[in-house]
Amino acid sequence: MPIDIDKALGNLPTNLQVYSRRSSLLATNIANADTPGYKARDMDFRAVLEKAAGAGAVELRATRKGHIGFDTRTGPDAPALYRVPLQPSLDGNTVDLQTERAEFTQNAVRYQSTLTFLNGRFKGLLTAIKGE
Amino acid sequence: MSFFQIFDIAGSAMSAESVRLNVTASNLANAQSVGGSEETTYHARNPVFSAVMKSLQPDAPAYGVRVAGIVENRAPLEQRYEPDHPMANEEGYIFLPNVNMVEEMANMISASRSYQSNVEVVNTSKQLLMATLRLGQ
Repeated sequence: MPIDIDKALGNLPTNLQVYSRRSSLLATNIANADTPGYKARDMDFRAVLEKAAGAGAVELRATRKGHIGFDTRTGPDAPALYRVPLQPSLDGNTVDLQTERAEFTQNAVRYQSTLTFLNGRFKGLLTAIKGE
Repeated sequence: MSFFQIFDIAGSAMSAESVRLNVTASNLANAQSVGGSEETTYHARNPVFSAVMKSLQPDAPAYGVRVAGIVENRAPLEQRYEPDHPMANEEGYIFLPNVNMVEEMANMISASRSYQSNVEVVNTSKQLLMATLRLGQ
C-alpha cells in the first residue's frame, strides 16, 4: 500500500496557510494602529477551519439567477471580516493595539505548534519508511 | 506567501512612525523659535497617515500605511510684548510657535510604542519563517 503523504499530513498544511494569512491581517491592523478611519479586520477563525475541514458547510440553494449564496470560500481564501470595536475613537479607527498584539502572539504560538505537529507527522513517516 | 507581505506591511508602518517621530522632534526643537510675524514663525506640524490598498478587491489583505502628508497647525500664535527683542514687529510684539509640549511628548511616546509593536511583529514573523524552513529536519 503506497503512503499517501497528503492524507498523512491531514489538514495541518491548510491550518498553516490560514494562520499565516491571519498573521498578515493582524500585522496590517498593528501597522495601521494610528491611521484615521482604518477599520481593523480579522477572520472568523473557527468557522474558517471547520469549513476547511469539511464540517458545517451549509449552502443555500439558488433557484433564481439573482440569488446570492453564502460566501463559501474556505481556508486561507476565506473572507476577512471587520472587528467590532471595544470602544469608539474620535478618528474612526477601530484598532485596539493591545488586543491585536495579544491575538498576533497567540496566532504565532498556534502556527508554531502546528509546525511541531507537522514535524511529528514527518518523523512518523520517516520511521515507517526506514522500518527501524 | 503571507509572511513576506508582513515585512512590507510592518516596514511601511515603521517608516511612517519614524516620520512621525521626526516631526515631533522638529516641533519640540522649534518650540521656542520666535518670529516677527504670523507667516514667518514656525507652526506645529502633524503627519497624516493613510492605509494603502494593494488591490481594489474588498477582502484584499495586504495593507500598508503611508504618510499622506504633513499638515501645519493653523491655530493662532501667541503674541508677547517684548519691544527690546530683535525680532519684534513695529508694535513691539514677537510671535511664539503654537507647539504644545505636552501634546508633543504624548505623541512621541505613542509613536515609539507603535514602532516597537511593529518591530515585534517583524521579529515574530521572522522566527516563524525560520521555523518553517527547518520543517522536517
